[in-house]
Amino acid sequence: MLLRRVVITGMGAISPFGRGIESLMDGLIEARSGVVAVPALSGITGMRTRVAALAKGADPMEIPRKFRRAMSNMSVYATLASRDAARMAGLGETELGSGRLGVSIGSTTGSPQTLQEFFRDFNSDNSLERMKSTLFFHIMNHSCAANVAQALGVTGRLLAPAAACSTSCQAVGYAAEMIAMGRQDFMLCGGADEFHPLTSGTFDVMNAASCNFNDSPSRTPRPFDRDRDGIVCGEGSGILLLESLDSALTRGAVVLAEIAGFATNSDPASIANPDAASLAQCMRLALSDAGVEPARIDYLNAHATATPQGDVAECEAIARVFGRAVPVSSLKGHLGHAMAASGTLELAACVEMIRREVLIPTLNLEHIDPQCAQVTHLQGLTSRPVHTVLKNNFALGGVNASLILRRYQP
Amino acid sequence: MTDEQTTERINSSLAEEFEYDLEKMSAQTLLFEDMGLDSLDVVDLVIVLETEFGVKIREEEAIRKIRTLGDIHSFIIDKLHQAQSA
Repeated sequence: MLLRRVVITGMGAISPFGRGIESLMDGLIEARSGVVAVPALSGITGMRTRVAALAKGADPMEIPRKFRRAMSNMSVYATLASRDAARMAGLGETELGSGRLGVSIGSTTGSPQTLQEFFRDFNSDNSLERMKSTLFFHIMNHSCAANVAQALGVTGRLLAPAAACSTSCQAVGYAAEMIAMGRQDFMLCGGADEFHPLTSGTFDVMNAASCNFNDSPSRTPRPFDRDRDGIVCGEGSGILLLESLDSALTRGAVVLAEIAGFATNSDPASIANPDAASLAQCMRLALSDAGVEPARIDYLNAHATATPQGDVAECEAIARVFGRAVPVSSLKGHLGHAMAASGTLELAACVEMIRREVLIPTLNLEHIDPQCAQVTHLQGLTSRPVHTVLKNNFALGGVNASLILRRYQP
Repeated sequence: MTDEQTTERINSSLAEEFEYDLEKMSAQTLLFEDMGLDSLDVVDLVIVLETEFGVKIREEEAIRKIRTLGDIHSFIIDKLHQAQSA
């Protein structure tokens, strides 16, 4: 249980639908796909997947060179989304540099693109003589968090959770706990990642990347669908500005939603394959943290990346906790899998679903896989009051995270 | 390559690397105060010049005393002349 109430007062997004929450929601509500063919992937021996969900609308030149020189694309995405979140919350330089505001932003790895460029040059003659002074700032694990703090003048706490696909859900949960404990009053939190063939290749080599829709990219990924064939990797950044309710009320800020509960656990059964029992336990822990019964959840935003195994395990876990009572959808059909950014891009969409009283269905779910049929799937845009939402993210490495959002009520 | 061509190459390569307006560049331009460079940029400045002109200058004492674009012009021009006469 959170000791102080924690609310969301700002959001920012860089997604395949462009920059900003409005662009994100337009794409989701209009049932568009952000997935495109990536011809460069066809030139890579052994790469079978040739599609990805590439971010749009992020102009690096908006960031002064002094800060940009230390950034790869993932930090550019995180910085622009963080700026937008702070602006939406009405925070300026005073609050950002007050020491009351911290940063909790993670990525799956440091920049794979910068590492590739470094080693391509290094391996040509085993020389460090051309190594730029800012290389390290691109590849360090806390690159996004540090770059956001530098560019925005943040002087509070800084952490960079890294748990692959669960990264940003964890980043938000840990940030909420920090505010609840009274250590910070505001946290910029979330995740970012940049597309690189290594990410697609990681899933491809495990036979977990989508390969059957290279000629029709918008038809994949297909969460829960009988014809799903795996993940489509993406990129971008989702950032939430969390704030103590007391601070928000004192400032007269617009409260978008409340963080009601959070849980994360480790599943030692497998480093690669999700286990329904562990996923169910994570959701139960989050419900317990929020102090709500399963019946109070109006909507469940699934991790569901469209892998054959993962979707089945998640449905089995959801059915164990909720039966058929809660409507379920995944946004991966629209957004692909933005890795460390996926959790907060999807959480931002959940906040808007609460505010707009509409539930977004799973794109490309045409024929429900019988193995995923034990839960209630959303297959059409549904207008209805939404008070409480549970969001899941599960990661390679056996890291589960669940977060519960609630409509703000004084 | 004439000294004037060397100067132009230095200016254009630094203008590109540090996003500085070529039109504002003169021998009197101060690297730190005018161009806004800092200690990290100076490391990269050396790499840019070494790559552009195929010279090794990182360990040279004189490079540490450079303050203006004119200092760089003179330093590189001297370096190229030395290489030619060697």
